[in-house]
Amino acid sequence: MDFLNILSGALGEIISPTTAAYALGALGLAVHFGYTGLLNFGQAGFMAMGAYGLAISTLTFNAPFWVGVLVGLVLSVLFAFLLGIPTLRLRADYLAIVTIAAAEIIRYVVTTNRLTDITGSAGGLNGFTNGFYALNPFPEGRYNLLFVTLSYRDLWVRVAAWALVALCCVLVWLLMRSPWGRVLKGIREDENAVRSLGKNVYSYKMQSLVIGGMFGALAGILFTLPRSSVQPANYGTELTFFLWTCLLLGGAATVLGPVLGAMMFWVVLSLTQGLLFGAIEAGYITFITTTQAGQLRFIMVGVALMLLMIFRPQGVLGNKKEMAFT
Amino acid sequence: MRSRPKLAPLPRLFAALVTLFAVLLLSAPGALALAPATSSPSPSTSSPEAYPNTINGVLRNNGQPVPGVTIRATGEGFSGETVTSASGAWTIGVPVQGTYQVELIESTLPQGVALAPGAQNPRTVTFANTSNAGAIFPLGEGIKVQGANFGEQLIERLVAGLSFGLLLALAAVGLSLIFGTTGLTNFAHGEMVTLGAVLMFFLAGLGLPAWLAAVLAVIGGGVSGYVQDAGLWRPLRRRGTGLVPMMIVSIGLALAARYTIQLFFGGGTQQLPGAQGPQITLGPVSIAQTTLLSLVISAVVIGLLGFLLLRTRLGKATRAVADNPALASASGIDVDRVIRIVWTVGGLLAALGGILWAYYRPGVSFNMGQQVLLLMFAGVTLGGLGTVFGALVGSVIVGILVEISTLWLEADLKFVGALLIMIIVLLFRPQGILGRKERVG
Repeated sequence: MDFLNILSGALGEIISPTTAAYALGALGLAVHFGYTGLLNFGQAGFMAMGAYGLAISTLTFNAPFWVGVLVGLVLSVLFAFLLGIPTLRLRADYLAIVTIAAAEIIRYVVTTNRLTDITGSAGGLNGFTNGFYALNPFPEGRYNLLFVTLSYRDLWVRVAAWALVALCCVLVWLLMRSPWGRVLKGIREDENAVRSLGKNVYSYKMQSLVIGGMFGALAGILFTLPRSSVQPANYGTELTFFLWTCLLLGGAATVLGPVLGAMMFWVVLSLTQGLLFGAIEAGYITFITTTQAGQLRFIMVGVALMLLMIFRPQGVLGNKKEMAFT
Repeated sequence: MRSRPKLAPLPRLFAALVTLFAVLLLSAPGALALAPATSSPSPSTSSPEAYPNTINGVLRNNGQPVPGVTIRATGEGFSGETVTSASGAWTIGVPVQGTYQVELIESTLPQGVALAPGAQNPRTVTFANTSNAGAIFPLGEGIKVQGANFGEQLIERLVAGLSFGLLLALAAVGLSLIFGTTGLTNFAHGEMVTLGAVLMFFLAGLGLPAWLAAVLAVIGGGVSGYVQDAGLWRPLRRRGTGLVPMMIVSIGLALAARYTIQLFFGGGTQQLPGAQGPQITLGPVSIAQTTLLSLVISAVVIGLLGFLLLRTRLGKATRAVADNPALASASGIDVDRVIRIVWTVGGLLAALGGILWAYYRPGVSFNMGQQVLLLMFAGVTLGGLGTVFGALVGSVIVGILVEISTLWLEADLKFVGALLIMIIVLLFRPQGILGRKERVG
């Protein structure tokens, strides 16, 4: 077993673009759940909006990259309105059920064979990220960072992804310390109290849903960039639940919690995969196969989510007094 | 409830969690030993074990199996073929869910057996969000191939939809009762459905007759419900854990249980004994025997459940707790006992629903429960969250809607209609068909 290799692989996950995508998706959930108390279980649907918005506008309509991103954002805003209008007046768990159902509807629609020409059905779409890589300011070559060596393309994806995450974090931080953010927190703590102060709770909730959803769409775009492809199977309910795990791991009502949570999530996943696979190949573990080892990691995610929720619901960074649960 | 946090149940809770997983893992040795023995009966060249998705069917001529016929599937850049087994069954494993051309090689048919006149060969097979797809090649003279007109198709879909709706209702009653009595939206209910089918598969693999395996699997489902409540949910209620954290705990439990099942069961689809039963013709309508049997079983069980809820003391107590737990407790009803019984009965019914769902799909897979979880939610929401009879009505509507929609929609979009209807109903009548307004605000 090559411990050094496993360790550097796991550390490399800290700055990987997938981690950035998870961080951004979870940040969207922090706006929804951590600050406003909305139970959005359809973040995968928002991510699919961003990813397919970019892919379809680039491939079908030959739009430039920026237009594709814009289309993804507009789609996610429309999706947020579609979800919010029927459910934001109802009790919290209705939004949970409707968002998860809507995200699955999106997945079924992009998987159907009837729309193969547009969505590529189960096989998905690829080759729509040239516009993004054409913007690469780094000269060709390989770059040596502390523990990883990256090609100029990989470096550009990482720099762009984390710059976006940083920008969004600052945005959330500024929003949440503004009077607008204080109203959101008020809604989370006691909706009726805020309503009695004359605030339009419904409108604030909708704004929160839209903003978090746009973060979701950007996360979906980040998720597709390193792969240059989008596949419907990636946007199932598991993705949403993993984002929730990241969020609750770091701390729901914090700005940096989702980012830290995503980093921890991927480092632990990568580390356990490396160790388990290494041990199996070296013959130390014989009673499970490498496929089963993969499943073992996801069992671990489920158990971790339960234990977190029971024993440390505020997450690593959170404040016990500001827990977002009623 | 928050005002009385208790620390005493914490270690117990942790121990209970561990026990819960131990129970889930109990079937492990049997699983590992038996999976290969009970897998695909056909000596196929494109091994189904190698791929998660399969195309399958049974070749029969006048009710007699036709062995030794070559069947080939091509599409999605893949080609594989197989030979029908002694029981006439064939299975081809394919890498991705998509559209395939399935061809019966007519030269390999035995002497005197021919495709029915007008039968499509090769025919197009499309996966409908499940990991297996069926292809039927009608053999012999005088077999009606394309005869079904719209009216007959509609009746067939109605019967199938009723059967599907009733099995959904069975599985969803537990979900609705648990919500009504404890307020928990249980995302792990889908895995309770899977558990029933998987348990039956393993028990049948041990050599038990199908009916005994089914009964034991249903009992196993009840035990899992009881253990879940005693080990996890009751301690959480005692701690005064909020509903939202409990909902997220149930998501964690769902993930852990789903992948635990996959760990031992594998990613493929397996068939329960008797899954490829004969078709029964009633007048103009042709329907699978298993679908009809499933319809009868669910109708009887639901009738029994309705009787228990309306006529017995326990049923009245359950409805009282669902209506108002505090008031029920004040009138001397042991609320905790009622909730434990609700969990047990919910587990029993979910397991039974899972077995019927495995025959309906057909096939057992680790994520089969997850596939119907949202349809159950749709049924329960449609009927009115927390009401038992609402769950029945809503589920039957969802089942029929799903099947009828296949007359116009692609098969891989059939779940979309039901989920859309749920969202639209929430827009206009959020309390559902039988629900009361105060529950939603």
